[in-house]
Amino acid sequence: MEKDFIKGMDRRNFLKVLGTGAAVSIAALAGCKPGDRASNRRFNEGDVPTDKMTYRTDPKTGAKISLLGYGCMRLPRRPKGLAGGIEDEIDQEALNGLVDYAIAHGVNYFDTSPVYCKGRSEHATGIALGRYPRDKYFIATKMSNQGCPGREDSLKMYYNSFKELGVDYLDYYLIHAVGAFDVYKERYLDNGILDFLVRERKAGRIRNLGWSFHGQKDFFDYMMNKAGVKWDFVMIQLNYFDWETSLGTSNVNAKYLYDELVKRNIPAIVMEPLLGGRLATLNFKAQAMLKQANPDASCASWAFRFAGSLPNVLTILSGMIYKEHLQDNLRTFSPLQPLSAQDNETLSRVVQTMLEFRSINCTGCNYCMPCPYGIDIPAIFAHYNRCLNEGNFPDNRQSEEYKKARRAFLVGFDRSVPRLRQSDHCINCGICTRNRRCPQGIRIPEEMRKIDKFVEQLKIDVQ
Amino acid sequence: MLRKIRTAAAIACFTLITLLFLDFTGTLHNWFGWLAEIQFVPALLALNAGVIFALVAVTMVLGRIYCSVICPLGVFQDIVSWAAGKRKKNRFSYSPVLPWLRYGTLAVFIIAFIAGTGPIVALLEPYSAYGRIASNLFAPVYQLGNNALAYFAERMDSYAFYSVDIWLKSVATFVVAAVTFVVIAFLARRNGRTYCNAICPVGTALGFTAKYSLLKPHIDTERCNDCGLCASNCKASCIEPKGHRIDYSRCVMCFDCMEKCPQKAMKYELRKITQKKKAEPNGAQTSGKVDTSRRNFLSVAALFALASTANAQTVTGDGGLALIKEKKVPDRSTPLTPPGSSGAGNLARHCTACGLCISVCPNQVLRPSGGLETFMQPEMSYERGYCRPECVKCSEVCPTGAINLITTADKSAIQIGHAVWIKEKCVVNTDKVNCDNCARHCPAGAIQMVPAGADNPKPLKIPIVNTERCIGCGACENLCPSRPFSAIYVEGHERHRTV
Repeated sequence: MEKDFIKGMDRRNFLKVLGTGAAVSIAALAGCKPGDRASNRRFNEGDVPTDKMTYRTDPKTGAKISLLGYGCMRLPRRPKGLAGGIEDEIDQEALNGLVDYAIAHGVNYFDTSPVYCKGRSEHATGIALGRYPRDKYFIATKMSNQGCPGREDSLKMYYNSFKELGVDYLDYYLIHAVGAFDVYKERYLDNGILDFLVRERKAGRIRNLGWSFHGQKDFFDYMMNKAGVKWDFVMIQLNYFDWETSLGTSNVNAKYLYDELVKRNIPAIVMEPLLGGRLATLNFKAQAMLKQANPDASCASWAFRFAGSLPNVLTILSGMIYKEHLQDNLRTFSPLQPLSAQDNETLSRVVQTMLEFRSINCTGCNYCMPCPYGIDIPAIFAHYNRCLNEGNFPDNRQSEEYKKARRAFLVGFDRSVPRLRQSDHCINCGICTRNRRCPQGIRIPEEMRKIDKFVEQLKIDVQ
Repeated sequence: MLRKIRTAAAIACFTLITLLFLDFTGTLHNWFGWLAEIQFVPALLALNAGVIFALVAVTMVLGRIYCSVICPLGVFQDIVSWAAGKRKKNRFSYSPVLPWLRYGTLAVFIIAFIAGTGPIVALLEPYSAYGRIASNLFAPVYQLGNNALAYFAERMDSYAFYSVDIWLKSVATFVVAAVTFVVIAFLARRNGRTYCNAICPVGTALGFTAKYSLLKPHIDTERCNDCGLCASNCKASCIEPKGHRIDYSRCVMCFDCMEKCPQKAMKYELRKITQKKKAEPNGAQTSGKVDTSRRNFLSVAALFALASTANAQTVTGDGGLALIKEKKVPDRSTPLTPPGSSGAGNLARHCTACGLCISVCPNQVLRPSGGLETFMQPEMSYERGYCRPECVKCSEVCPTGAINLITTADKSAIQIGHAVWIKEKCVVNTDKVNCDNCARHCPAGAIQMVPAGADNPKPLKIPIVNTERCIGCGACENLCPSRPFSAIYVEGHERHRTV
């Protein structure tokens, strides 16, 4: 009967019937009640509240700072090869859109540096923020004179920040990435830059002076006790993974740093809350744990909530180049739900799996690059970590998955890193680790050797 | 029926042999590697008496079945000729044999074979000619297709396909392959099996035997109405319809005539008394055409070469990555020959330059030689990879015994050359950095790092090579950071030895 019905219909009628059906189902899906929009989707625009952002008060200025800070170390890029596009050019339009969205939802802290995005970040951030009144946002930038510690160059960098950002005062100014006395002395003491910055603070062009820490415990203690400057804030790496675990060559964990700051009532600004994104893409065991505890929450939200649960944290930086990440983060922070004791228990189990999975602590900051011999260091570590996290790790010949994992590892390696840039071309020259370039203190040549050995073992093992 | 069986068998053989040359993973060889070994000249070079005897015996019984089923170049001509025949039916006609060309070529071939002049043997021989066509012209297309699949696989998170490098391994060999392709395709398009019956030394040799084969096609004169359809469909041009004669030395047993004959007058049956054919020298029609097509193809090849060099120059780093210069071939006083070949002499004597080893080398080490005496035969170099310890692929696939079968354990003890360190180029000296990449990757443990000088308090270490332990695999040369010339390179040994 029905067969005959379809047979009897000509094509036009058939399409008509089909079209009506589709229209009806779309109407049904879209929701007849306007208030019931979440019926078929987990999240909607409306789920990101505009007025529920958690703020913290700066103890010195009394300013209300959004707990979610916008990090501008990585910015949206234009795809390569589009008409007239320069390689690596920042997509200003996309950035403006993200900044608009962030500000509309209560974000007011923006963090950049003269060296980010190969020197283009300050300018682009300045354009995006310049469209707002100066009192709508707080801007943080840095003295990033790692490559040019001379006084003239440093001063030029300082004044240039004002020009690029189009401002006449800086809300937060940081001595960028210090962790050992010799480097600190060269970059800030010998050239008189520290004195200069203190004077600038007195003059009101710097509202808050602080520093960002990557390094050794004795240097942190020196800065806390003997630096002779009152720090308005300190930026530290803090996340649930390194809260109790010291990373790489650094001999101090985040808990110690945080407690020292609390003792002195210095607010902490948090960087690497996601450990370079690694806490957002956890190994499969850890992912399962978090999803079991809360199927709706992203892995990243756990990490933000961990940092946000600490009251002395002023703001938590997150680099957000996709709107979806921004939205997810805004949902986490509007308002922020502190972790319960049970949540903390879950996270400590996650940390256990991460220690088990012994991945490399690379956050992909690229400070080690370019390698003079062409090795793509972050890409190699990323591939290695990804295979570990996905459970695609061919380390057990007895396992049934070995053959498959071996192929995935080797084929995937060639796909993510060109052959000539792989670990077997690392000559152990050590240039990448000179001057403690790696903020995570990874012993890059050593890790490269381990990976190379591992890859060689896999290659030889044709079954 | 006979024709259908023959066609099916020929297509199967042809496809599999072609795939042997296209399959860069080398898996197919485990199953069908024997198809290369039963080829006439490879068997001759491998001194494989069993295969030669069998091939001759088959020809004695069935005629030149070898030419219509086993030989890939023969089937290749049939495919071209079949495509040409779609436009024009009944296009062949009887032509007399060209004895001076046939026997002349065979004589040259035999002399070259005995004298060990590899390149001439390789040029005239049908199997290796087809091998070069497949590996130089078809393989890149196949690899492009593979890379397209790999591209999509990557996007689908599948590891089923991986992309491979496509590169011009030798301009000269590419040109030879292209010219062979054009000439043979041209001849096949015009006159079917001209090559097989005028030039091919294997065809001529088998022709002697086929003349006296047990089974052969016969024209039943009682049924024949002299329509001539058999002759106008004979790609070997060997049927003389008026005299009801067939030149069995040229008949390649395709059975087309039997299917075409409306009277069913053509029969494949036991030998009867046959008459001698007439010989009428009348050739030279082909050579004029050859030159123009060769010239065309030279320019095409030149374009190809130009395009690939331009490509090499435009490779750039992308900001965060240092530029990597391409490696150049070092000047080796003795060329490197693959382990298993026992040395340059054995390789040159047995190799028919089909390129099977080259197309299967997964590390891009083998390429055709450009040298006059070893022309188109495999040669090693380490710009793109090195002779990895887990691989003995070339020794597995070689059908001629030029590269004998070895195991990875054998290979780890075969010294094909030794590494030579060039002080002036080493980054330890030029860049004043620590580097031990050669020592670290040496599978034989033949390189050790020693302090450069006693006067320096914290001296950098330089590599020293134990030439007795070195096997010449080229890991050091390939992974040396010095570019475009490596600071450590492998010098070949004329005769391999076991260390």
